[in-house]
Amino acid sequence: MAAPQVTLQSITGVDVELRIAGVGSRSFAFVIDWHIRLILAFSWWAVGTLMSIGQLNFLADDGDLSPGYFLWVLLPTAGIYLFYHPILEILMRGSTPGKRMAGVRIVTRTGDIPGIGALLIRNVFRLIDSLPFAYLVGLATAMFTEQHVRFGDIAAGTLLILDSKEHDTSFARLTPANRSLDPRAADLIHELLERWTALDEKTRGEIGRSLLAQTDKSISPEQLARMTTLGLKARLQALIE
Amino acid sequence: MTAEAGMQAWLASRVETWRQLSPQLEALEKSRNHSAAEALQAIDLYRALGRDLSIARRILPGSRVTKALEHSYAKLHSIIYRKPHDWRARLLSLFREEIPAVVRELRPAIVWVTLLFVLSAGAGWWLISEHPELISLLASEEMINGVEGGRLWTEGLLNVTPSSMLSIGILSNNIAVSLMAFCLGILFGLGTFYIIATNGLMLGAIFAFTHQHGMAGELLKFVTAHGVVELSVICLAGAAGTMLGEAVIRPTHATRRESFQHAATKASRLLVLCALLLVGCGFIEGYLSPDPNFPMISRVIVGLGYGMVMIGALTGALFGRKRVKPAADF
Repeated sequence: MAAPQVTLQSITGVDVELRIAGVGSRSFAFVIDWHIRLILAFSWWAVGTLMSIGQLNFLADDGDLSPGYFLWVLLPTAGIYLFYHPILEILMRGSTPGKRMAGVRIVTRTGDIPGIGALLIRNVFRLIDSLPFAYLVGLATAMFTEQHVRFGDIAAGTLLILDSKEHDTSFARLTPANRSLDPRAADLIHELLERWTALDEKTRGEIGRSLLAQTDKSISPEQLARMTTLGLKARLQALIE
Repeated sequence: MTAEAGMQAWLASRVETWRQLSPQLEALEKSRNHSAAEALQAIDLYRALGRDLSIARRILPGSRVTKALEHSYAKLHSIIYRKPHDWRARLLSLFREEIPAVVRELRPAIVWVTLLFVLSAGAGWWLISEHPELISLLASEEMINGVEGGRLWTEGLLNVTPSSMLSIGILSNNIAVSLMAFCLGILFGLGTFYIIATNGLMLGAIFAFTHQHGMAGELLKFVTAHGVVELSVICLAGAAGTMLGEAVIRPTHATRRESFQHAATKASRLLVLCALLLVGCGFIEGYLSPDPNFPMISRVIVGLGYGMVMIGALTGALFGRKRVKPAADF
């Protein structure tokens, strides 16, 4: 089933479909972020606690926690854990390290970068989405809504879209030394080489020979038939480099 | 020239421009102070990219180049259409115009939520006056034992916990309660009513319980300085929550979802002010309220004074909003 999309309507009349991230990508991003914020918060707490032993008064005279420890260790630890998402989403314009790694990004329902207000509303509603535990409400709403959104997204008018970084490398591939190479063939060669190890020997051999037969007229069919897969790969690489 | 050769020539002519796109978009996205020339250049690039994308979709459908062009085009679109960045003007407009407008719209809800709070407090007072044994449902054992032993839990609070820790603990708790009162409005307003009613019930019950032990005056002395604003803010957050509930029950837009989003955006502006007011309450409650040497008259002055500040902020007068007289009918 095709991923749901949102259309970015532009004034030039050339519209772009943005693919909405599913529950899997959403959860993947959250899990990465959760680990990052947990590590950051724990690191602050651990370093602060170690530094406070013998340096600051870890405990007050009556055995309670000292104000210094509370203000410089416990409070920032809680701050890192609780404000990780709102602060990073604002600073990174709708993204977080976890979202980047998972290849997703927050946008408004018109495909634009969300404002600070929308990002704050989205995060306030984590109070509801995180109920009763482990974001069960958020997960359930994301599963059952058409655009895979949680309550925070509905309130803020935001969506999570797929935003892969691999696009940035696509233009670099467009300058083959061999200018006569058909760009569509070049595109296919790039894709084949990327998936080379994932394909079985027979399949990559067949596809590679077929592509070489179309693009490299200097090789005779007999030579092509005799070529090993390693030789095929080297020849294909030479075409696009 | 064949179609194939034409396509090759077109691609060759555009490749260099596209290769520069990534750093160009990165620079445009990061900078916030673009000159007019840069803005015009971005718009030219947007048009050119739209044209390229249109051609690429025709001659190279589904290719990675077309996908990359779509990605760059969408990115440039969001850069061009992002809202202007002027913190000062935005904040001024928020506190001077937008929040007072939300408060005006919420007036009836504020009255009803406050009434619910007062009635719940009355119910709590009546409940404990009639059935004192029920206090164990609403207050902790430690608190009950303390009051029964003739000692209010607020006494000596500063000796137990430093003011800074107390303030932060109190303000974060109050902010959490207010946010819950707001967010739970999503349950057709019922969640908000529950939070407001339980808070009112507890307040009334605890006052009744301390009254039975002759300590209601002491408790009143403790809450006077911060209570005026703190309780008002909880009612305000509740009123904002009812706005969410009403948007779901009686949508003002084409769909319930749109209506809810519109209400959440509007009501959340009021929450910004509520959070700020609660920070002030936290400091008063942490530093002034537990101090036994702080006289009652000063507490009344602080409480009323902070209450006036709150009203000034809610009406926008504190931020220089001029009162607009309604136009006379002719």
